Amino acid sequence: MPTLRDIKRRIKAVQSTSKITKAMKMVAAAKFRKAQQRMFDLRPYADRMSAVLSSLAGAAESEIHPLLAVRPRKNVDIIVLTSDRGLCGAFNSNILRAASKHISHLKKEEFEVSISAIGKKAVDYFRRRNVPLKKSWTGISGRISYANAQEIAADIIERYTNETTDEIILAYNEFKSVVAQKVVVTRLLPLASIETAAETLPVFNFIYEPSKEDIFNNLLPKNVEIQVFRALLESQASEEAARMSAMENATKAANDMINNLTLQFNKARQASITKELMDIVGGVEALKG
Amino acid sequence: MENKLRLEIVAPHGLIFSEEVDEVTANGSEGEFCVLPGHAPYVTTLKVGMLTCKTGKGPVIFFVNWGYAEVGPDKVLVLADSAEKSEEIDVERAKEAMKRAEERLKKCEEYDFHRAEASLERAATRIQIAQLKMPK
Repeated sequence: MPTLRDIKRRIKAVQSTSKITKAMKMVAAAKFRKAQQRMFDLRPYADRMSAVLSSLAGAAESEIHPLLAVRPRKNVDIIVLTSDRGLCGAFNSNILRAASKHISHLKKEEFEVSISAIGKKAVDYFRRRNVPLKKSWTGISGRISYANAQEIAADIIERYTNETTDEIILAYNEFKSVVAQKVVVTRLLPLASIETAAETLPVFNFIYEPSKEDIFNNLLPKNVEIQVFRALLESQASEEAARMSAMENATKAANDMINNLTLQFNKARQASITKELMDIVGGVEALKG
Repeated sequence: MENKLRLEIVAPHGLIFSEEVDEVTANGSEGEFCVLPGHAPYVTTLKVGMLTCKTGKGPVIFFVNWGYAEVGPDKVLVLADSAEKSEEIDVERAKEAMKRAEERLKKCEEYDFHRAEASLERAATRIQIAQLKMPK
């Protein structure tokens, strides 16, 4: 039976924890709103970008640009995008689980898989398992800039262009809603949007200026950058949303605990008062006798 | 309504402009071009520069930083790295950027020359556009 003082101490401890989780939730909420705004801002651009690409799809012969080349799959690169910080529920473990599953699946089919990681959590995860990482980026989440996306995209493009890899896959958390994130494993290269759109859309005979090659030279790397940037922003918004609900749950759990402990405290106090009363009454009875 | 164009300007930081216009003039990589309704399908890259369009309410001027334009018979779609309306240009910021770029150009061993040059061009164009008197 814990003493009154023990219970009181625990209540205090839980209270301060709940204060912290509440504050963290509020911070996450503010960051989330910012991230969400940036994501929404990017959407029209990303959508138009794929629209332009698909309207050009008819003209996209694979010889025109190395990024359009589809080679037989042999070397597959997978990029795993997580956060740098924890305390965001199952956000990171979900993505890492999905990625590991995908990796072992690919290995079973005897592809050469190499792994890159974005975010400290992914880096730590693979390091703990002694999985060699081809490339890692940390310190990005929290203040994502377009330059980050450019850096990553440049690396991806280089690897694909010099044929060290035949396919590049990105695993990240897609933002669905505040309470739902979806793990997405998607192919970055070769560009999927072009192939699928080619059949469905009418082919315009475009006039190209300066030239078709120049346009594709500009547009295709840009598209990779935008896709990476979009994934980074989606992941960021998902992370903050996940943290928000994780902290909300933690605060709720702490409050439940405080309620239980207070009940226990009151019971214990009442018990001790009753005991003391009994003693007094007992003493008085004894004196009378 | 065949005699209108839908002009859409989008940048990674948002949809800048989406309206029906009569005429669009932009700075393509091969020189300035003008689009009227019914233009042939046309794709081009854009240089840093000015984009003007005529709307029912008068002309609107934009600063466009590098991008693409896709032109169809009834639309002009501009994908820019960044874009602003002329009255929304932050002249102070542009002036600062210009100063910085000029300094960097002087010490070109330490900095990336092309980047400094590009940012100088951007800043100069921004200032130029911001100071244009709007023809009413």
